[in-house]
Amino acid sequence: MKINISVDALSRVEGEGYLKLEISGRDVEVVRFGLYEPPRLFEGFLAGRHYGEAVDFVARICGICPVAHQTSCSQAMEDALGLELDGPLRNLRRLIYCGEWIESHALHVFMLHAPDFLGYPDALTMAQEHRQVVEMGLRIKKAGNSLVRLVGGREIHPMSFRVGGFYQAPEPERLRPLEVELEWAVQACQDALRWLARLPIPQYERRYLFVSLNQPGEYPIDRGKVVTSAGQNLEPGRFLDSFEEYQVPYSTALHARHRSLGDYLVGPLARFNLNFDELSPLAREAALGAGLRPPVNNPFQSILVRGVELLYACQEALRLIRAYEKPRRPFLEAPNRAGRGYGVSEAPRGLLYHGYTLDGQGCIEKATIIPPTSQNQATIEADVGGIARANRKLGKKQLTRLCEQSIRNYDPCISCSTH
Amino acid sequence: MASKLKLAVWKFSSCDGCQLSLLDCEDELLALTGAVDLAYFLEASSAAKPGPYDISLVEGSILTAHDQERVRQVRADSKFLVAMGACAVSGGLQALRNFADVNTYVKAVYQNPGRVETLATSSPISDHVEVDMELRGCPVSKDQLLEVVVALAQGRKPDLAGGSVCLECKRAGHACVLVSRRAACLGPVTQAGCGALCPGYGRGCFGCFGPRQQANTASLAGVFQRRLGLGGRDLARVFQGISCNADAFAQESRQHEDQH
Repeated sequence: MKINISVDALSRVEGEGYLKLEISGRDVEVVRFGLYEPPRLFEGFLAGRHYGEAVDFVARICGICPVAHQTSCSQAMEDALGLELDGPLRNLRRLIYCGEWIESHALHVFMLHAPDFLGYPDALTMAQEHRQVVEMGLRIKKAGNSLVRLVGGREIHPMSFRVGGFYQAPEPERLRPLEVELEWAVQACQDALRWLARLPIPQYERRYLFVSLNQPGEYPIDRGKVVTSAGQNLEPGRFLDSFEEYQVPYSTALHARHRSLGDYLVGPLARFNLNFDELSPLAREAALGAGLRPPVNNPFQSILVRGVELLYACQEALRLIRAYEKPRRPFLEAPNRAGRGYGVSEAPRGLLYHGYTLDGQGCIEKATIIPPTSQNQATIEADVGGIARANRKLGKKQLTRLCEQSIRNYDPCISCSTH
Repeated sequence: MASKLKLAVWKFSSCDGCQLSLLDCEDELLALTGAVDLAYFLEASSAAKPGPYDISLVEGSILTAHDQERVRQVRADSKFLVAMGACAVSGGLQALRNFADVNTYVKAVYQNPGRVETLATSSPISDHVEVDMELRGCPVSKDQLLEVVVALAQGRKPDLAGGSVCLECKRAGHACVLVSRRAACLGPVTQAGCGALCPGYGRGCFGCFGPRQQANTASLAGVFQRRLGLGGRDLARVFQGISCNADAFAQESRQHEDQH
């Protein structure tokens, strides 16, 4: 029997993509996660611009994760210029990044993904029967957005962010009012996780090559070395020694693979599996309570892992605000110089790489940007193929929904991946 | 009560930030769906209702022939079309290709550039279809977005900020960054709407809301030359940012681009 599935415009994802699937008998003959988002060619127009302008520009790669792009970009520039942020400045960067994790994860978990598990077309419909959960999700999301705005100036495309730090560091008393809301959020995330753990989670497992950052002593958010479940540990500047991008005809976003091990997975599952011990005791306990024990190999459990990371990010933001002292200077500076620099950070969807070559005037000669969703494309296709094969008797309508749900396991950010 | 207004949200080439602003209305979102029917909003819902729509919010610029066709269809299906954000209004940051050879850019990204279908320029929605209203900003202001939707639902004219960022800045009582920090600030020629955010953080405005009416960019460029010693490429680049393809900024930057 033949089943052909075609979804021309995927919904509840960020950006434009399609799914095409052809199953014949027991075989999945075609599986395509095709991205047709028109390329805006950031790496093209960044060339010739000064490094200081790049931070405002790369924010525009993504409306959901501008701080991730600003962070990876700034770190690459700082690497090239020989600057290193530490103490309060570095903590402030981690704090605004926590805000982005909170708003982005809350958006995905409650508004975009949870409706799949309960058979709703969207969160607004889900709210008719689960109003409390949706309201809770929106309030957690708002706490994240408030944090980004207070540190960065606005929720989307923060303009206080710059190479070397911030144009202006917030006064401690501006951040303090957030403590109450974040204390509430820490509690709410635990309640949310208990609710999420009761969702019907489809069964599907396979072996993945997990890739994430790792920074001993903290869960990876804003910096770290690149580690893999195959035991590699790489400096950011060595990333392209082991990984490469390649073009496929049906996607405007480049795919990526490990040069010897092939497809790999970045994002919550990889971070969780490679950094479980770095979570806070409360987050670890909540994870175990939700039935998560590393290694998690079921991609449908990513919604639970996001719930755990949401809890961690709220706790971490609270910790950073309580310890916050206004930096003596809001940013570090260095004279223009020629060089290369590399920056990596953990966008909510996974590892985000930026690499730049600068000339003696501080202008960009070459830019390389590798977002998480580009890296996950091949893994998403393999998941959809495997899940479709295992569930081919479901009937076309249900199978289509399950395949779309499995794409959303990755919280794809398509504008970002094509850029 | 009259039937709810049917609202559609469309994406062209963009970062998604402007439509995300709608989902960022955390306090108002559930109430909003009581007042308008979110009939087509793919980022938020899998339930897509067919047109016609009372209001279409259109995000993004046009970069492909396919999207040229698609935006015509959107226009045909919409009673009132709002171009939402800098990409839709003026072509966005990606319109930097309009000042260069796009093939150079494509080659910088793709090994097989021939497989990539894209137009030589990034153009605003109004180059292709009639636009009923523009909502400026990169991203748009959440308050302005809500005001437009609510005003249209109530059948009145939306009340949007007029004047320049410079005026907002004076009202907010910020020190002038052009004078005190020697920052190249586009505030005097940029439309109000953000609340003078950048000067408030001690940096120059970089034109997210695009040129205001009768923007005297030549006069400001003269100030940048005399006070800041900017010229040639460096001066052109100040205008070649988020709103680079908006007429006043594009023309001003071209004046300086080839001068060294």
